[in-house]
Amino acid sequence: MKDEEYLLKVENLGVSFSQYTQGLKKTRLQVITDLCVELRAGEILAVVGSSGSGKSLLAHAVLGILPENAEETGSIFFEGRKLSQRDKEALRGKEIALIPQSVNFLDPLQKVGDQILSGTGGTSGPGQKRRRRTEQAEALLARYGLEPGVARYFPHQLSGGMARKVLLQTALAADCRAIIADEPTPGLDPDSLAEVLRDFRAAAAEGRGILMITHDINAALQIADRIAIFYAGTTFEIAASSDFAGDGAALRHPYTRALLQALPDRGFTPIPGSQPLPGELPEGCLFCGRCPQQTEECAGRRPMFRDLRGGKVRCIHAT
Amino acid sequence: MRLKAENISFRYPCGHNYVLKDVDFEVESGEIVGLSAPSGYGKSTLGRILAGYEEPEKGGAVTLDGRPLPKNLFNPVQLIFQHPEKAVNPKWKMKKILTESGTPPAELISAMGIQEGWMDRWPAELSGGELQRFCVLRALTPKTRFLIADEMTTMLDAVTQAQIWQVVLAYAKEQGMGVVVISHERALMERLCSRIVDLEQANSPV
Repeated sequence: MKDEEYLLKVENLGVSFSQYTQGLKKTRLQVITDLCVELRAGEILAVVGSSGSGKSLLAHAVLGILPENAEETGSIFFEGRKLSQRDKEALRGKEIALIPQSVNFLDPLQKVGDQILSGTGGTSGPGQKRRRRTEQAEALLARYGLEPGVARYFPHQLSGGMARKVLLQTALAADCRAIIADEPTPGLDPDSLAEVLRDFRAAAAEGRGILMITHDINAALQIADRIAIFYAGTTFEIAASSDFAGDGAALRHPYTRALLQALPDRGFTPIPGSQPLPGELPEGCLFCGRCPQQTEECAGRRPMFRDLRGGKVRCIHAT
Repeated sequence: MRLKAENISFRYPCGHNYVLKDVDFEVESGEIVGLSAPSGYGKSTLGRILAGYEEPEKGGAVTLDGRPLPKNLFNPVQLIFQHPEKAVNPKWKMKKILTESGTPPAELISAMGIQEGWMDRWPAELSGGELQRFCVLRALTPKTRFLIADEMTTMLDAVTQAQIWQVVLAYAKEQGMGVVVISHERALMERLCSRIVDLEQANSPV
């Protein structure tokens, strides 16, 4: 596939932060080492990884909202065009929308109905126009099974699940090409979850690309076309959702298989140890020390990200 | 030992609606009970009441073997929150946070996957999954009789979730600790719990 055919393409993204240690001494902390992701129009790509694997930073890098002390390497393309910081600022909110992770991103002093339409002009204004827009907000809420009266609620009156539905509506009300959803599913009961995922699917069917950042592999499997597995700031594998079927024999990376085996409805078997902290990364493969297939060669150098059986993997043992 | 909530009604000070109305709930030592309901049915509120964070309205009470929960002493009913970042003092290093209620045995620390190097870190330097391991381990003291896990591993990846729960399950079995699991994840509840209480049916707020 050529570069132009991808809606959004992230190549070898690295992010490091400069930090003061003692007095005026500064160090660089490498948080993301080598992230690669491609998103096509009309598809849902789930980015799955534990906290601290760089999922949210990927979103921040694409939107150009990394903090000032961050330094970025690698390249980000949107519809074949390499993005500069200025491009990102022009695109965000219009072509690329973010559904934030925390419900704290709702304005606590604004009524829910106004916030949903904030991307399209808000509900303020006189008489008839205001009434029409209020009806529009209520209609959007009704699609998520929320009562019309919710439009007049303030965010603190919403339960966690309700607040999340409102956040989703805020992004879907604005018309954009790509949606980045940062952890859209936790705290939702199964019915609302299914409903939210259905709406994502509908939004993708209209030709949007959706990048769904999540740690919940079950939610990802329910909805995504492809899944990218992140670990310690690196992409370990990109696989089709169907590769996760059965015992995961079609999967390429040992960490992906471990994730599958740890699910409550599978083995519920953990692997020992923990993801390495940034600044304490091993020399070789980042999965060293936890990997069942580890050999001496693994500890020596970082494996390349290569194509394998219709997906991609970063492991020298994968066949 | 039995943790019992009888006739619990509750509404938050600013609200007019009851979150919980005449709810009964109990859990025995060594028992692992799930609490399920859609959003907004008062699962978390009941968890907070069970752990003594909130007082139910008159007529309702939470008792531990017939006696009210102790005040100004170590609370044998420990609540674990969904967001560990909000449950640790940002100005304490991890070692001080972990040993706040006594030093946990070394084998539990390593079973949790906590690395020696993390002890000298500030909470802001660790990810949610790493912090939650500390918060769970901190609550597993010999004096803890019941653990209320309110969406304890909802924000964590599957491997870390399995890792933390396997430690908690082994500890509960060994110490005869009772656990209340509040979660939306059906598969997790079915894996962990011997009994699941549906708050949607038990609770009929007006």
